[in-house]
Amino acid sequence: MELLQLLISGLSQGCVYGLIALGFVLIYKATEMVNFAQGDLMMLGAFLAYSFINLAGMPFGWGLLCAIAAMASLGVLLERIVLRPMIGEPPFAVLMITIGLGFVLRAGAGAVWGNEPRSIISPLAGGVVRLGELSIGYENLAIIGGTALLCLALFGFFRFTRLGIAMQAASQNQLAAFYCGIPVKRVFSIVWAMSAAIAAVAGVLLAPITLVDPMMGFVGIKAFAAAIVGGFGSFKGAMAGGLLIGVVEQLAGLYLPTGFSDTSAYLILLLMLFARPEGLFATMQRKKV
Amino acid sequence: MHFLFKTSYRQDTRLFRHNGQRFWYGLLLAGVLLVPFAVGDFYLGELALVFIYAIAGIGLMLLVGYTGMVSLGHAAFLAIGAYAHTWFLQLGWPLPLALFKATVITALVGAVVGLPAMRMTGIYLAIATLAFAVIVEQVIVHWESVTGGFRGIGVPEPMLFGADLGTPVAFYFLCLALLLLCLLLALNILRSPTGRAMTAVRDSEISAQSMGIHLARTKSLSFALSAGFTGLAGGLLAHQLGYLAPEAFTLLLSIQLLLMVVVGGLGSLHGVVFGALFIGLLPQVIAMARDLLPPAIGHTPGLEPGIFGLILILFLIYEPLGLYGRWLKIRQYFALFPLYRKSTFRRQKHFLRTERMR
Repeated sequence: MELLQLLISGLSQGCVYGLIALGFVLIYKATEMVNFAQGDLMMLGAFLAYSFINLAGMPFGWGLLCAIAAMASLGVLLERIVLRPMIGEPPFAVLMITIGLGFVLRAGAGAVWGNEPRSIISPLAGGVVRLGELSIGYENLAIIGGTALLCLALFGFFRFTRLGIAMQAASQNQLAAFYCGIPVKRVFSIVWAMSAAIAAVAGVLLAPITLVDPMMGFVGIKAFAAAIVGGFGSFKGAMAGGLLIGVVEQLAGLYLPTGFSDTSAYLILLLMLFARPEGLFATMQRKKV
Repeated sequence: MHFLFKTSYRQDTRLFRHNGQRFWYGLLLAGVLLVPFAVGDFYLGELALVFIYAIAGIGLMLLVGYTGMVSLGHAAFLAIGAYAHTWFLQLGWPLPLALFKATVITALVGAVVGLPAMRMTGIYLAIATLAFAVIVEQVIVHWESVTGGFRGIGVPEPMLFGADLGTPVAFYFLCLALLLLCLLLALNILRSPTGRAMTAVRDSEISAQSMGIHLARTKSLSFALSAGFTGLAGGLLAHQLGYLAPEAFTLLLSIQLLLMVVVGGLGSLHGVVFGALFIGLLPQVIAMARDLLPPAIGHTPGLEPGIFGLILILFLIYEPLGLYGRWLKIRQYFALFPLYRKSTFRRQKHFLRTERMR
């Protein structure tokens, strides 16, 4: 029974990783840039939701929507100021600039909201669903449900809508995308807006579990590992990687000596990189000549 | 403008190309040797730290600037070097041998890390090194017998033939001597076929392979050399810190090293020194500026990483060639006056072609 309980909490933790990994994969799939600041965007989204809900007194749903809208516009702003000059630069430079962006966002959040952990007033707090001996919190259910919904939505968006296909085209060959009439710069802005909005949702879902404070974004590193394990560039890979790492972490905490639960995410990552660098659901292909 | 008229092959292989370079570098060396007599103990300690960062930066520059492989976990090599050095000192080995053994051990670990790293490109390598750094941190925390775990271990004073090198002036000269040695070593490596192979790998792996360069050997050698230099810096850092604890070797330190290399100027050893000066002296500048800023910004705990991040972003957007690049542009402006053109240094934009389908 304890095993099953651990599995459930592993699944919900894994869904959190998967949710942030979705943001990574979204940006990678559409622009082939890696955004190290995704965790910090999530933190910022959580803080904005805190401001709207706790400080401004909005009801939860409206506050969440306002936070999503604010983060989307912030995403566009960041893309314009920081990322657009980087179109055409080597990927290493983009990686470094997103690392720098992460630091700046963390310092900014610390300066504006302070460093004590806060919690968002949420209607989901405290409620528990009981199935026999198992108990699942409402927050965990919300995380699992929200993640599944988002994953499906993103998958459908990229598969079936014109904008989604345009985004994939822009990531595969920018020059050809320009020639085909795709407004690549505008597509980038939209991608960043979407990714920031997903980060805001992730932040609000994660806030009840790890309280809202500027260091919240460090979860992003493990989510990054999850994205790579699953295969960078596929949404179901991001989810699978997140779930795998979440479950293994919980099980490692139970069965292996201390210290392994912290590093289990990275050990899985290294194993995956040695054995199968493309990840579980590979998106890298080689043309057979 | 300076035209160099070469009359012998010897001139191609000399360290300094002409007397002008000898003069200026000689002046710099004289200045650096005379600094301890002009400056107090605190700034001597800071300069020693700058030299240590420069040695670590030489290692990182060999990897990032000359072989093109990004490493986000170089603080792990610093940690390995520092702990190994302390371990050998505690066993009773003399200072030069302990430093040497620490360097060799770190280089071996670097080679081991480099072996699987060959299969990974770009971002995957960066993440793998990040994971490696986290794992090394955990190993340090749990291997209590060697590293003292969370409590850490004290580092014995550096003694050489009975003389205490722990005093600020002596330690400054020790770090300076080792930095000069490392710079000469790195310059030699880069001039040799090994160094050229590394640059070839950075520019185009496929072309390098067509020229007959053994990719795997070059990459793991580059990793090993890089780790070796960083391990040496780690040994010196142990003496500088005085007391080793796992919190001294965090991800922030790795990012600082990377910042040093990027801000200094990728692809040149001058960039390492510029970057090290920048990184070493920036905390002092921030400390002085804190009082000038309004309290809300000036007293946040996250100010230092925030300013690092801001500087990194500004440099990457406006000055991608780094501080050394800016110096080259200024020098070129005066050398070509009034015919200097900005487009001499403009980088070509490459539109993205996906790495996922080849």
